[in-house]
Amino acid sequence: MNRPALTRKDFQTDQDVRWCPGCGDYAILATLQKVLPELGVAKENIAIVSGIGCSSRLPYYVDTFGFHTIHGRAFAVATGLKAANPDLSVWVITGDGDSMSIGGNHLIHALRRNVDLNILMFNNRIYGLTKGQYSPTSELGKQTKSSPFGSIDRPFEPLQLAMGAQATFVARTIDREAKHMAATFHRAAAHKGTSFVEIYQNCNIFNDGAYAPLTDRDTKHDTQLLLADGEPLVWGKEGEHCIVRNGFDLAVRATADVDPSEIVVHDERGSQGYHQALAALTLDPEAPVPMGVVRALDLPTYEARFTAQIDHAAHASHPSLDEIFVGRHSWEIGA
Amino acid sequence: MNQMKLHRTAREADSVIVRFAGDSGDGMQLTGSRFSETSALAGNDIATLPDYPAEIRAPAGSLGGVSGFQIQFASHRVFTPGDRPDVLIAMNPAALARNVAELPDGGTVIVDEAAFTTKNLNRAGFETNPLEDGSLERLTVHAAPITKSTLTALDEISELTKREKERCRNFFALGLTYWMFERSLDPTKKWIATKFGLDTPVGRANAIALQKGYDYGITAEVIPGTVLVKPAPIAPGRYRSITGNTATAYGIASVGQQCQRPVVYAGYPITPASDILHELSKLKAYGVETIQAEDEIAAACMAIGASYGGALGMTASSGPGIALKGEAIGLAAATELPLVIIDVQRAGPSTGMPTKAEQSDLFLAMNGRNGESPCVVVAPRSPADCFDMIREAFRISTKYMVPVFFLSDAYLANSAEPWRIPSLASLPAIELEAPTDAEGFLPYERDPETLSRPWAFPGMEGFEHRIGGLEKAEGTGHISYDPANHQHMSELRRDKVERIASDIEPLEVDGDLDAELLLVSWGSTWGAIHTAVHQARRRGRAVAHAHFRHLAPLPANTEEVLRAYPKVLAPELNLGQLASLLRARFLIDIESFAKIQGQPFRVSELVHRILELTEPA
Repeated sequence: MNRPALTRKDFQTDQDVRWCPGCGDYAILATLQKVLPELGVAKENIAIVSGIGCSSRLPYYVDTFGFHTIHGRAFAVATGLKAANPDLSVWVITGDGDSMSIGGNHLIHALRRNVDLNILMFNNRIYGLTKGQYSPTSELGKQTKSSPFGSIDRPFEPLQLAMGAQATFVARTIDREAKHMAATFHRAAAHKGTSFVEIYQNCNIFNDGAYAPLTDRDTKHDTQLLLADGEPLVWGKEGEHCIVRNGFDLAVRATADVDPSEIVVHDERGSQGYHQALAALTLDPEAPVPMGVVRALDLPTYEARFTAQIDHAAHASHPSLDEIFVGRHSWEIGA
Repeated sequence: MNQMKLHRTAREADSVIVRFAGDSGDGMQLTGSRFSETSALAGNDIATLPDYPAEIRAPAGSLGGVSGFQIQFASHRVFTPGDRPDVLIAMNPAALARNVAELPDGGTVIVDEAAFTTKNLNRAGFETNPLEDGSLERLTVHAAPITKSTLTALDEISELTKREKERCRNFFALGLTYWMFERSLDPTKKWIATKFGLDTPVGRANAIALQKGYDYGITAEVIPGTVLVKPAPIAPGRYRSITGNTATAYGIASVGQQCQRPVVYAGYPITPASDILHELSKLKAYGVETIQAEDEIAAACMAIGASYGGALGMTASSGPGIALKGEAIGLAAATELPLVIIDVQRAGPSTGMPTKAEQSDLFLAMNGRNGESPCVVVAPRSPADCFDMIREAFRISTKYMVPVFFLSDAYLANSAEPWRIPSLASLPAIELEAPTDAEGFLPYERDPETLSRPWAFPGMEGFEHRIGGLEKAEGTGHISYDPANHQHMSELRRDKVERIASDIEPLEVDGDLDAELLLVSWGSTWGAIHTAVHQARRRGRAVAHAHFRHLAPLPANTEEVLRAYPKVLAPELNLGQLASLLRARFLIDIESFAKIQGQPFRVSELVHRILELTEPA
C-alpha cells in the first residue's frame, strides 16, 4: 500500500518537553525523530519503551506507541512486547542508573537472549531525576549528595558489561555529535538482535562537563577514537596516534613510531578478547575513548527461535486440545 | 500371631480413606495416583492429597524424607481426602512414625517388615521396635514380607540389580491394597505397559510385583477380609482425574485456543506453581507461548509487555514471588492493562513451608501495591474448579482492563478429583474487543457502563498513544498532576472494580436462610466445610454455608447474606484475613476460625466448632 513518506514532524507530539534547558536529551530526541522516519517502518509498528529517569520521559515526546514503565524493567516489558508481536521495531530508552543499577539483571538477560531491541542508554554518570546521587558509572571518588566524602564504588564500563553478557551489537556515541548519533542509531536499527548503544549525555545541572574532553574543540581529536570496521585504529588531527597489540591488551603508540602493519585494524566481528580490550581503553586515562560500533555479530535472535518453536509445534502433527483434555486415562459414566 | 486359618470376610463400606507413606524414593506418589485412577474407574468418587517432603533427596529412611499420598474413595460424593486414614501402608519406620498417630483406634496398618532394621528404626527415632513392643496395640498391624516377596518374585530378572528390584516393592504394596479393596489390576497393568513397556525389564518387574502383591492377599490369609466400596451416583459424562495445576493449565490453553490472540505466560520456577509452567511449555501448538524469565519481576513485566502488545499476558508464582511483583502489578493497574496473576499459595511468611498449603496471601492480593491500586481477586474452590475460574479471570481481565489475581494453593495444586471433561466447543467465548475507528481515539475514554478503556496496541494504524505509570488525565491519558484529576482517577479505578460485582454470580447459600449459623469460606477449604456443614445438619444443627469464588469485588448480595444470620464463622487457613476484610467492610461481628499449620481443615474439627456454636435441634 502506498502511504505518504514519513517526516520528522510525524514523530513530534504536542506535549511540552520538560527537560532542563541545555540538557543533552534534546539532541538525542531530535536525532531519534530524524532517524525514525528514515527506517522504512510503518509508524504504527514502532514502539518506544522506557524505564524511569530523565531519559525515560522521552516516549511522551515522540508520536509513536510509547510505554513509560517502571525503574529498570523496560527490558523485560520490551521482551514481552516482542513475544506478542515480533515484527515491531522496539526502542528501549534507559539511563545509566535505570539500566545498570536496578535494571542490571534485566539488561544482561535481554542481551544474552539477543531480543531484537534497540537500547539507547543515556549515560550521564549521575542520577538526574532524583537530583544528583552517584550512579554505577560515576567515577570512584565522585562527590555527590549521597556521597559527600566521595563514592567508594568502582564504576561499570558499560560496553564491557554488555559484551560480558554476550551482546551481539555494542556501540557508543555522544549527544554533541548529531551526525555520528544518527549513523549509530541507523546501525542499531539495522542490526538483527539486541543493539546496545551507550550515549554519552551531558546533564548540565547535576554533572555538567562530564564529557568535556570529548566535546571540546581543542581536545576532541585527541580523546575520541572513531571506529570504522576494517579501518586501522588511528586518531588525532593528523592521525598521529594509533593502537597496537601489547600482550592481551591494546596500547597507545605514536603512529610515526610503528610499522603500519602493527596498527590494529578494527573488526566488528572480532573476538571477545579484542572487543573487551578495546572497551577497556575507556577506563585508561592515557587512552582515547572508542566511539562508534565496537561489535556487530550476526546471530539468531530470541524471537526467531521463539516463533520457530511455536511454528514447528503448530505444524507438526499433534492431538487436538480436546484430546489432550481427555488424556490417556479417562472413563465414562453412563446415563 | 494367630496360627489358625482366619475366617475370610468380605464387607461393604460407604467410604474408605487410605494413606500410602514411604521414603521419598519409594514411589508413593506413583502408587497413590495408580490407586486413585483405579478407584475412579471402578466408579467411586475420589479426592486425593499428596504430602510431599520439602527436600528433594533427604537421607534414606529419615523423618524428613517421608512422602505420603492419601485418598478417600466412596460410594457417595466426597469433597475432601478425609480427616484420618482408615488404612496406612507404611513402607518404613519413618513413614510409620510420621503417620501412625493419625489413625483412629482399630485402624489398619500394613508395613514392610524388612524395612524395620535397627538402622532404620534409629533414623526414625524409635528406641524399640514398635512391631514388637506393644505400642501399636490399639491398631490392627500386618507386617508383610513386601521386600522379601518382591525380591523372590523378581529372581529371574537378571537384568536388574537388587536395588532396582527393591524399587518395585511399591507395586507389591499396591497389588496387596488392590486385593484388599476388590479392585482390578487392569488399569495399572495398562499404565505399566504404556510407561515402561511390558517387554522391558522394569516393565516386567513392576507387573510381576503388582500381581504378587495381589496374590499375597489371596493366599497369605493374614489380612482377614476385603472391603468393597460400591460406585457412587455420578452425573453421566466422560471423566478424568485432574489436579488443580493441570486444570489451571488446561483452562489457560482453552483461552489461548479460543481467542485469536495468544496467551503469553511468563513465569519463574517456584514451588508449588512450577508445574503450570511445565505443562504450558508443552502446549505451543495451542495458542500458548511461555517464557521462563530471569526472575519474578521480569516475569510480571514480560506479561505486561505482552498485554501492551495485544496478547493475553499472564504470570504465576507463589507468595514470595507475588510479593516481588507488586510494583509491576501496580503498573498494570495504573495503566489499566489486562494481566492475570496466579498465586499458588503456600505457607509463609517469607520462604515458609514451600510444599504446604495455606491461604495467607489474601491481604497481599488485595493490598500488595503502593497507593490505591485496586485489583480483582478470584479463587477456585477445588482442583477441577481451577479450569473454570482461570477462564473467569481472563474474562474479567480483558473486559475491564484490570489485573486479576487467581488465588490457588498448594493443596488445590497437587490434589486431584474427577473432572467432567468439557468440549472446547461448548465453552463460552471470551470476547476480545479492539477499537476500530482511530478518528478521535482517546486511550482513557471510558465505556459508561463498565468504566473500562479501549485496548489499542502497537501495530494498529492511527492509534499511536503513550501510557505510563504516572498519574494521567481522564480521556487523553496525558500526564496530569491536577489535584481534582487524581481524586477522580483514584475513585474511578476503584469504581471500575466495584462495578464488576454486577457482572459476577451472586453469593449462593447452601442451607436455610433461617439457620442459626453461617459458615463463610473461600479457596480450597470449600470441600471440608461443605462436608462438615452437611454432617452437622445430619446431626440436627441449623447451619448454612456460603462460599466466595470472587473476593474483589465481593458479590453484590454479600452484605444481605451476611446480615441474614445471627452468627457468622469464617474458617480460614490463615490468621483471619477474610474475616478481617468482611468485618471492616460491613461492621458485622464475624468470628474467625484460624488454622495455620500447613494442613487442610479436618472435617471433624469444623463439625466440633459448629456444634459448639449451635443449639441441638
